[in-house]
Amino acid sequence: MNDPAETKLRRTPLYALHVELGGKLVPFAGYELPVHYQPGILKEHLHTREKAGLFDVSHMGQAVLSGIDPGPAMETLTPADVKGLKEGQQRYALLLNGEGGIKDDFMVARLAGEAALHLVVNGATKEGDFAYITRSLGDRAELSPQSDRALLAMQGPAAEAALVRHAPDADRLGFMKTARMRVAGVPAIVSRSGYTGEDGFEISVAADDAERVARALLAESEVLPIGLGARDSLRLEAGLCLYGHDLDEEIDPVSANLAWSIGKRRKADGDFPAAQKILALLANGPREIRVGIRPEGRAPAREGTAIADRTGRIIGRVTSGGFGPSVNAPVAMGYIDKEFSVDGTDIQLLIRGKPVPARVVPLPFVPHRYKRSEIAGKAGVKA
Amino acid sequence: MSEIRFTDQHEWVRVDGDTATVGITKFAAGQLGDVVYVELPEVGRKVGQGGEIAVVESVKAASEVYAPIGGEVSEANAALSEDPAKINSDPEGEGWFFRMRVTDTAELAKLMTESQYSEFVKTL
Repeated sequence: MNDPAETKLRRTPLYALHVELGGKLVPFAGYELPVHYQPGILKEHLHTREKAGLFDVSHMGQAVLSGIDPGPAMETLTPADVKGLKEGQQRYALLLNGEGGIKDDFMVARLAGEAALHLVVNGATKEGDFAYITRSLGDRAELSPQSDRALLAMQGPAAEAALVRHAPDADRLGFMKTARMRVAGVPAIVSRSGYTGEDGFEISVAADDAERVARALLAESEVLPIGLGARDSLRLEAGLCLYGHDLDEEIDPVSANLAWSIGKRRKADGDFPAAQKILALLANGPREIRVGIRPEGRAPAREGTAIADRTGRIIGRVTSGGFGPSVNAPVAMGYIDKEFSVDGTDIQLLIRGKPVPARVVPLPFVPHRYKRSEIAGKAGVKA
Repeated sequence: MSEIRFTDQHEWVRVDGDTATVGITKFAAGQLGDVVYVELPEVGRKVGQGGEIAVVESVKAASEVYAPIGGEVSEANAALSEDPAKINSDPEGEGWFFRMRVTDTAELAKLMTESQYSEFVKTL
């Protein structure tokens, strides 16, 4: 499927810049994207946690959902509170199929003074998602994919300092807030969010403006270009799910440990796909649930590694695993039978057939450092 | 007089008498990126030419290492467990994986010389 000989790979508006910067391009979600640049995954990962990294995430699916009232329409496909989104607010949401399985995870946002919703879905699933949303909503709302837009992510503790030099109002955004503003002189939609666990921003601009914005941000001394490899190790350490690995259509929101994304009102009303089934899982507990896992020693446990109890009985599977550069040790996430999901439970991982002791641990592996507006002030006092 | 040979799986083997030292090539190390873990064979393990003998893992992925030549493992490079980054910094020197007693040096004839290997890498 990812063989370039079989599929014509697409290029993002930053393709030429990736080549110029020495990016090692690989097929990903149907695009040619850099897995890393000259410094390599390890250094790029650590740089993002220490300063700031710029990621090209233009492969992701951006779309606008318009109509008289798109919120209630969208709520027929997700258990998130979409109607309750305040102006300038963004939210993490799950797109569900009729059985309550996760078709995708996505961001939904409402800009100040605008009725339309802005969606960002995963790159590998965007065509299917957009077709599903369009088909399901019928006349209730109109989905317009924004394939002429690029998406940049600037992540890390220095992201704000670097971005405000090109977008003076960016520091007014709190975590999960979004607004239109100019970045490096071009119109952009900026949100304070990301996929690394660090403070940071996602910047949507017209495809033709993407290179100009990227070059302006990369010119800042704190900022390095970061590839997909570090994006994956950063999100894994942050305990964030990767669709197609940690989430799929066979997995429901409760088992995925994402029940927090179900709105309070939505729970009370029970008016989302497979609500009865999902509310029962919430009440009774799922059969298995997503947890964090720390293998002992240095051997990474990759996706697909079987999880066993102390007697060797199979009780789960790793869905994302690798080496955590900031943790400086292997880290993993996986699904495990509910009775073994308590933090601190001793388990075994069958790495290349050999049992390796491991432990169930809380997620994330690296504390989130989001700029939540209510704690931003306190953090400032402490520092 | 030692001679070095290369496999199309990007291992190198340097043979001194009946002792061979094995590692992965500079090209392989570059392709893998930052090595974070290596699983080395136990001393005494016997392996045929081309058999799976070690595992090397970068941040992104795990790769098998195959024996360039048949024999019995006589020593593993313990320093790599402490500092697997040696595989990136000096893949064809300090980053050696293991040593072995060679069963049949005639098997070397199936491998590439240094110049053949550098030509091979250019085709990739």
